[in-house]
Amino acid sequence: MKSQLFSAIRLTLALMVLCCVLYPAIVWAVAQAAPGRGEGVQISCNGRVVGFANVGQKFDKPEYFNSRPSAADYHADASSGSNKGPGNPEYLAVVKARLDAFLLQNPGVKAADVPAELITASGSGLDPHLSPAGALVQVARVAAARKLDAARVQALVQQQIEPGTLGPDHINVLKLNLALDALTAN
Amino acid sequence: MNKELLGILLIFGSTVLLAIPLGRYLATIYRGDKSWTDFLAPFERLLFRAGGIDANRGMTWQQHLVALLTINMVWFGWALLVLCTQGSLPLNPDHNPSMSPDQAFNTAISFLVNCNLQHYSGESGATYFSQVFCLMFLQFVTAATGMAACVVVFNALKEGTTEKLGNFYNYFVKSITRVLLPLSLALALVLVFQGTPMNWAAKAPIVTVQGDSVNVSRGPAAALIGIKQMGTNGGGFFGVNSAHPLENPTYLTNALENGAIVLIPIAMALAFGFYLGRPRLGWMVFGVMTAGYLLLQVPTVALEMHGNPAIARLGVDQSLGSMEGKEVRVGAAASALWAIQTTVTSNGSVNAMHDSLTPISGMNTLLGMMTNAFYGGVGVGFLNFFVFIIVAVFISGLMVGRTPEFLGKKIEAREMKIAIIIALLHPLLILTGTAMSAHLYAGNPTEYAGWLANPGYHGFSEMLYEYTSSAANNGSGFEGLGDNTPWWNISTGIVMVLARYLPIIGPVAIAGLLARKKFIPESAGTLRVDTATFGVMVFFVIWIIAALAFFPALALGPLAEHFTLYQ
Repeated sequence: MKSQLFSAIRLTLALMVLCCVLYPAIVWAVAQAAPGRGEGVQISCNGRVVGFANVGQKFDKPEYFNSRPSAADYHADASSGSNKGPGNPEYLAVVKARLDAFLLQNPGVKAADVPAELITASGSGLDPHLSPAGALVQVARVAAARKLDAARVQALVQQQIEPGTLGPDHINVLKLNLALDALTAN
Repeated sequence: MNKELLGILLIFGSTVLLAIPLGRYLATIYRGDKSWTDFLAPFERLLFRAGGIDANRGMTWQQHLVALLTINMVWFGWALLVLCTQGSLPLNPDHNPSMSPDQAFNTAISFLVNCNLQHYSGESGATYFSQVFCLMFLQFVTAATGMAACVVVFNALKEGTTEKLGNFYNYFVKSITRVLLPLSLALALVLVFQGTPMNWAAKAPIVTVQGDSVNVSRGPAAALIGIKQMGTNGGGFFGVNSAHPLENPTYLTNALENGAIVLIPIAMALAFGFYLGRPRLGWMVFGVMTAGYLLLQVPTVALEMHGNPAIARLGVDQSLGSMEGKEVRVGAAASALWAIQTTVTSNGSVNAMHDSLTPISGMNTLLGMMTNAFYGGVGVGFLNFFVFIIVAVFISGLMVGRTPEFLGKKIEAREMKIAIIIALLHPLLILTGTAMSAHLYAGNPTEYAGWLANPGYHGFSEMLYEYTSSAANNGSGFEGLGDNTPWWNISTGIVMVLARYLPIIGPVAIAGLLARKKFIPESAGTLRVDTATFGVMVFFVIWIIAALAFFPALALGPLAEHFTLYQ
């Protein structure tokens, strides 16, 4: 029994070298050749890092395409979903309020045009994407707030669609809004 | 055809296609036959020498269990030590604190038993040191422990009579060097190229386009995610697991991480047949498992893609399905696929929040864990299934008035007692835990108000889910549950320990007892176990024992919720 215990401890230490030193070292070394060098892919604008390509951020001003509701309020060090059950009355009231607010901010839009992702919180609270419909339904408001031609803004959205080969088509909200800022600056 | 449906069919189909050669490969390396990975043998000898182990010594079933439990005890001590002191250990650039004793107890057990229930969030509750040297280490070795125990049972079912069932350390080390490590490495390398971080720096402070200040958590995530998915562990690097856009950045990573969940469990079921030189047996096991799995999977995909009826009543466009708790890049169909695959195996990683699934989907995830044998955990899934086979053989034997025998060995009273105790342990642990918690909550709803994020039936489901996940060593959660309290930490800790070791000890003991018995060659009077008829029999045994025991509890939770929501 005693010798078993010592064997177990020694084998544990040896495996730790393999699994906890060598293995992560290899992954880390290879990551140096990957985009972002394993640090996460950052996006800069005018020489300033404004975000990570894969991490959603909060956009709630009318002149930007708004990102999805977030249970983490887009705090990227405290990811969280809402964990609300589908029939929870309190939760359904919040969803209804989000819809009412959206319809108020986007006059002329009907409820049937609002995709559900715009009034429901994502799993991570950091969802970087919207569906194409989720961006298109905001075009009129964004164009009006920026005094841009709606057709040009719509064309911009169309350009930003990343087709999902097998999953849903989606748009990176950060990239879309940066392109929008660039369009306005011109 | 809808492309999201096509996507999930491709993910599942290609995983099965990969699992077939992997199953053959597993049988080859565990038998010790020549294989192309023999170039790793010198490294393995080095590991054995470091441990002072003779990897060729045959062990009896008792010696196997002593070796298994001893090394597990060492890991438990190590995990507790690291988690209680992580705040002052190196590799902690974010200055995260040490865990409280009850949380450390829960987390140490949770990773020790391959459950990976997490009552902490990776970003703030663990350090890079504890993630790599404690949690990720346990993800490797506990998966290998289950696989080694499974091979011991394979050995016992070979023809002939024997006491010696191979060497535990041999199977254990090979599972790491020849299966888990290479597969995890392959997955981790794809992840880093898709944008998953693998660094040692602190959170990145940034000012967003709109001018908000946020800190973006990073760390050595890719390495951990590789083994997390491969070893049916499921404990994520970040709090929300693979819903996190850094843990699972693209549809491709989602497909690969999802395939990794069921790859080894399916391969292990097939390896059973290849190992014994009776492939049909492996296909029978695979067939029963797949039938049970599909029964849960199909309705879940349909319901999640259809959306939440309460939100449909608002008149909005729900063509993408139910999106609460889901990510746009993944979509409803692939979220539903993952939800069921992660619960029929004992993985427990998530790419969508299970608490927000529609009620019947939530029930199907529960049923996956309640049966815990449709694929199941790496190695241990087959052990659970083996218990059901024994019960099915016994019942079939009685039905036709023959002495029950399985692969040439008589099943007698002692084996049956063990099998039934193990089969009934699972409902006992789950229902007792849930009943006690529900009793506490009902007695003093104000004191325990922090427990439940949702009222009514769904609140009950949250408690039921927590114990089911603990007993199935799954580790996913209805995460609305406020579970970082001494009650939940300690009670689920106890459930996890009992639900891990007894279902390993039981089947290994049965196998050891069978191996010693006289071998009766097959004759016209033998019950054929590699047939569809016997498969159907096992299927119903599983449903009757595992699923029906839970029906009353499910009626109080998800079923009641369903009929309220879809009125």
